[in-house]
Amino acid sequence: MTYFEDVRVGTRTEVGSHTFTADEIKAFAREFDPQPFHLDEEAAARSHFGALCASGWHTAAVCLRHVVLARQRQQAELRRRGEPVARTGPSPGLRDLKWPKPVYVGDTIAFAQEIVELRPVASRPDVGLRIVRHTGANQRGELVYSVLSSTFIERRVRHPDGAQG
Amino acid sequence: MRAFEDFKVGDIMELAPLAVTAADIKSFAVRFDPQPMHLDEAASQSTIVDGLFASGLHIVCMHMRLFADGILRDSTSMGSPGVEEIRYLAPVRPGDSLTLRVEIAGVRPSKSRPEMGLVNFRSHMVNADNKPVLEIAATLMFGRRRTAGGGRGGAG
Repeated sequence: MTYFEDVRVGTRTEVGSHTFTADEIKAFAREFDPQPFHLDEEAAARSHFGALCASGWHTAAVCLRHVVLARQRQQAELRRRGEPVARTGPSPGLRDLKWPKPVYVGDTIAFAQEIVELRPVASRPDVGLRIVRHTGANQRGELVYSVLSSTFIERRVRHPDGAQG
Repeated sequence: MRAFEDFKVGDIMELAPLAVTAADIKSFAVRFDPQPMHLDEAASQSTIVDGLFASGLHIVCMHMRLFADGILRDSTSMGSPGVEEIRYLAPVRPGDSLTLRVEIAGVRPSKSRPEMGLVNFRSHMVNADNKPVLEIAATLMFGRRRTAGGGRGGAG
């Protein structure tokens, strides 16, 4: 990961795509979201969804996997070039999460991330807050998932009094 | 069957505690959040938070399981359009036991779809020391028992 000072608002990265199968939709639902329209084709057909569809948290989890793997590929590339790798902290949370359309069996969702805000942290001169929008779109280009995610990211230069740069 | 009309603003529900194991934390992480602090006790010593702890999204998914078992089972749930805010307040570690408290923050019939209504929930998950680990504000859609116009049954 590049440092807080190296990232730019507006930078967009495609992080990967995933095709959702009936088996994995049901397995995730049994574990975390056991509602009829995520568990059973016939019950889903009778619901307003009309067919088996993934838990929204399943979509969120698959998106997270692709975001993490993309970051790890970038970190590996920096290490290969002998460059330092900035530490990223725990996430304080997520907001403005939307599931505009269901994810059905066989849908292929392409995930992307875009940096929307960079904010210094008054109480922590060693880190900044990076706010990223993660999105997922299906094979027809329809948005199925969107969320704002905040992460602390290490600064290249310490700013003890906010005086420098 | 629990329908839109059964949710009253101010009602609070407390849902059965869920025990978290190291195996649970690693099993979620290997599939969805493969970072060292969620995968491996030894590797996690070198990160900003010491020791193995659960992926934030894993905490959210555990919350969903408690919510589904305690509130959505045998309901007219029609899913969710989204979540306003999720705050991760403290790490969840192996051996923690999580209790979910859910408050009904708002209810309103849908204007565009008379067969359903929207319910706003504010949920807190706390560990065995009563320390909050997760706060979440979400909206869910429920079928109505009876529509204003025609007395149709709700969806689901």
